[in-house]
Amino acid sequence: MSLDKEEVRTIAHLARLSVEESRLEPIAAELSRVLEFVDRLNSVDTRDIEPMSNPVSSELVLREDVITETDEREQLQKPAPAVHEGYFTVPRVIE
Amino acid sequence: MSVVGNRELHQLTLTEQSAALSAGEISSVELTRHCLARIDAHDKTLNSVISVGAGAALEAAAVADVSRTEGDSGPLLGVPLVHKDIFCTRALPTTCGSRMLESYTSPFDATVVERLNAAGMVTLGKANMDEFAMGSSNENSFFGGVDNPWRAGTVPGGSSGGSAALVAARLASVATATDTGGSIRQPAAFCGVTGIKPTYGRVSRYGMIAFASSLDQGGVIATTAEDCAQVLQAMSGADPRDATCSADPVPDWLAAMRSVKDLKGLRVGVPEEFFADGLDEAVAIVVRDGLAELESLGATLVSISLPKQSLGISAYYVVAPAEASSNLSRFDGVRFGHRCEDPQDLTDLYQRSRAEGFGSEVQRRILIGAYVLSAGFYDAYYKKAQQVRQVIADEFDEAFASVDVIAGPTTPTVAFNRGAKSDDPVAMYLNDLYTVSANLCGLPALSMPCGFADGMPVGLQLIARAFDEERLLNTAHAFQQATGWHAVIPEATS
Amino acid sequence: MSAAWECVIGLEIHTRLQTQSKLFSGAANAFGAEPNSQACAVDLGLPGVLPVPNREAVAHAVRLATAIGADFARRSVFARKNYFYPDLPKGYQISQMALPVVGPGVVECALNDGTTVQVGVTRAHLEEDAGKSVHDLLDGFTAIDLNRAGTPLLEIVSEPDMRSAAQAVAYARHMHALVRWIGVCDGNMQEGSFRCDANVSIRPAGSETLGTRTEVKNLNSFRFLERAIEFEYTRQVELLEDGGTVTQETRLYDPEADETRAMRSKEEANDYRYFPDPDLPPVVVDERFVTAVVEAMPELQHVRRARFVNSLGVAPGDAAILTNDRATADWFEAAVAAGAPARLASTWLIGEVFGRLKRDELNLEHIPLTPERFAGLLLRIEDDTISGKIAKRVFEALWESGDTADEIIEREGLKQITDSGAIDSLVDEVIAANPSQVAEYRAGKTKLMGFLVGAAMKVSAGKANPAQLNAALKAKLDI
Ligand SMILES: [Mg+2]
Ligand SMILES: [Zn+2]
Repeated sequence: MSLDKEEVRTIAHLARLSVEESRLEPIAAELSRVLEFVDRLNSVDTRDIEPMSNPVSSELVLREDVITETDEREQLQKPAPAVHEGYFTVPRVIE
Repeated sequence: MSVVGNRELHQLTLTEQSAALSAGEISSVELTRHCLARIDAHDKTLNSVISVGAGAALEAAAVADVSRTEGDSGPLLGVPLVHKDIFCTRALPTTCGSRMLESYTSPFDATVVERLNAAGMVTLGKANMDEFAMGSSNENSFFGGVDNPWRAGTVPGGSSGGSAALVAARLASVATATDTGGSIRQPAAFCGVTGIKPTYGRVSRYGMIAFASSLDQGGVIATTAEDCAQVLQAMSGADPRDATCSADPVPDWLAAMRSVKDLKGLRVGVPEEFFADGLDEAVAIVVRDGLAELESLGATLVSISLPKQSLGISAYYVVAPAEASSNLSRFDGVRFGHRCEDPQDLTDLYQRSRAEGFGSEVQRRILIGAYVLSAGFYDAYYKKAQQVRQVIADEFDEAFASVDVIAGPTTPTVAFNRGAKSDDPVAMYLNDLYTVSANLCGLPALSMPCGFADGMPVGLQLIARAFDEERLLNTAHAFQQATGWHAVIPEATS
Repeated sequence: MSAAWECVIGLEIHTRLQTQSKLFSGAANAFGAEPNSQACAVDLGLPGVLPVPNREAVAHAVRLATAIGADFARRSVFARKNYFYPDLPKGYQISQMALPVVGPGVVECALNDGTTVQVGVTRAHLEEDAGKSVHDLLDGFTAIDLNRAGTPLLEIVSEPDMRSAAQAVAYARHMHALVRWIGVCDGNMQEGSFRCDANVSIRPAGSETLGTRTEVKNLNSFRFLERAIEFEYTRQVELLEDGGTVTQETRLYDPEADETRAMRSKEEANDYRYFPDPDLPPVVVDERFVTAVVEAMPELQHVRRARFVNSLGVAPGDAAILTNDRATADWFEAAVAAGAPARLASTWLIGEVFGRLKRDELNLEHIPLTPERFAGLLLRIEDDTISGKIAKRVFEALWESGDTADEIIEREGLKQITDSGAIDSLVDEVIAANPSQVAEYRAGKTKLMGFLVGAAMKVSAGKANPAQLNAALKAKLDI
């Protein structure tokens, strides 16, 4: 399977990565090489095989419904690029 | 310069350092100073460490010394180490090798860090790594490449390249590391040290910045299997903050390995596919010698076939990028991390912050991941890869019905020159040919030095059943009792 | 509604679950705190954090499944829904896709006109809520508050089984009452605990194929739900009749303009790239857990309603009102348990008690009356100690003081006069005092009976038994 320039544009937008126009073509070629390599998966018959999404076989342990975290806003917002009166801020979004 | 016997402190293993500490021959402050001095002396060329916390380290060492006088006698008390910069620490920045987190300090400690702190270990600093653990050569670090201490200009492997290089150079006796597709074992092999990736779920992932959540596992790089066991023992076990962390009790690995005298009765599976095309001739010879050594210790070598193994790498390059593309979405320039200058609007903020913050390999994998999960491709790629993953797991299950461990080369070649593969992602990915399957199936695996090819170290890989780290450690320990490859120190840093 | 076009509606209802902590973190699940003061490292999606699911949220899913007779999935899977938005901290929402926690079920909902509608519930899944974006706080910036991020939701998705705004409202009201009844959700719509997304399409009457739908998001009142559907219906009919087409899109209802409009931020088609969350193994719940949760559940609303009618003899309309919420039903049953005659108790509770609560702007939680004292009053009506009219006086006194009905009746001498001698002398007194009216009555102006009864009642200070008084007066006048 290979990818074209437009597909790179689409996934770059999905992934919110700006890609210069001149880079679209070379990236498409690179990604196509990786996908070609991945195409070998098709040599395996996987009918009736359950997909394995995690090697964990044990059961999920649920958490008791108790409050364990207290207000640490000051600490947690230290790495924030922009805050205003306790809010994180971004350029205005129009709904 | 202080010595124990006739050896300098850095020439001691962790176990020996620990013994010297408890015998009162040295203090933790002395040992810590020595390590810091070695970092000063050698890391300018190695570049294995991103940040150093000398003040905090010496303070912690002093505290450890006081604890010891008060009767505390833990085996790790006062022993210095370096954490891979993927583990969150309060005391030092956590960059994950990325510009995205260039100035990020975590408000909490990773569970691994918390536990090793509690055991009294002294954190010297944070180890260099491929950005977000994506790479096999450490050339993808925003903080620059790491030199392999065995030969200037060659790579240390990756992504835990800093951890492996600094242990090889004896800047510390031990470092934490993580392994998503071989990132502990491959650099351990390249640098001539011992590294263990435990079973998925053995070590908590809380505070270990996620690359591919179903593959990532924390582990240790040290010079010996015994030292690996010492640290792994303290890192492992259930964590209520990680739903994938196993509740199984952690066995006393150290006690078990110390009672091992030989390898009688051990059935070692040798997959023919691990010695097929792609394996460097010189590496193959050294690995075969290593296997012969296991045999001479009493193990039985059993030839096995794992025909689906070679597909592991293809499955891996779907699953890992898919999970990574999602895991790395949180780096959006809103709550932490890099934000571009003067964003025009929200989309601009996202796109430029991420394009500036992430390096090219990370961006490549995010794009692949977004693609294989996108509408219309999910079944062909993601679902297919997860099915192949199951097929590979079934193949392992079958093999482990007749053998106790599977052994072979860790890597197809020895460490290569910087820049040799950086233009060809697929060639680079083939470094992980023998290592990725253990991650896909969550199995524990270890790499230990078994000789040299062209003057560079060669790693022997051992893979065991899930939660059977004991078998790996015992086998490696017996091997290291009988051989001296693990004790060779690169000349430049001896 | 036009006869030519049928409206087809499906609802997605987001119910915020009543838990102490969030779905995947130990931060408080509470409304109205300082911005970002209840968003911990996990809620912020800081590097290195991991989700751990809340047991109580899963228990709530069991309750909902039981209440609507749906399957509770013994194995369900959390999945990631990937998209970028500043109030979605991780760049994905943890939700459920292929294997939701609650399977199909059906509910029957009553409309105001007495008809009912059957609505299929396709599924309900657990998911975390996003944070809040505040667009009008700062000039040129959107402010992000992540307190709500990670709060547990159960999204209940219906089949497109509703054909009018009225039916949609009936279904939404039904579910609203139900989730409150079983304690899953507080139902507070102003605070966004219960929000509806309406999927609306139209098709020519008689057609079987579905038209293109639009999704109107975040309707947080029944009135808005009704108005939004009606607006959408009209808009789509006009579009199609003018030869246009309906675009599949997400819309927002603006209550001030009473119209819906396309959401700009949702314009681009999203590809959510769902996949199983590798941080979370499947939720596998054992039989013991399910049984324990089900056994502790309250008697369901419709079961209780039927019991009120069939075993207690409450009028069906009254039973519906009394079982509107559990607190009312419990209060009513406590009164009955204290001896109150059920039918009398239901009319008094709905008439007098509710009226008084409304007048005082109180709800049942703050009522100054206990079910026992209320029962004490009703018992005195039942045994003719006081008349209904006097009872209303006693009721007012009960409300104001902590005394029992018996104490009030005793203290204020309100006991009804039932002694026939006393009633006879009352009647004699009234006949003697009103000779002209008596004469007129006897001449055929029988309407004056009312006047005379009133006069006698007045003399008795309202305490005479009205039936006895009537009979005695009639007997003396009709000689
Ligand atoms: Mg929805
Ligand atoms: Zn939802």
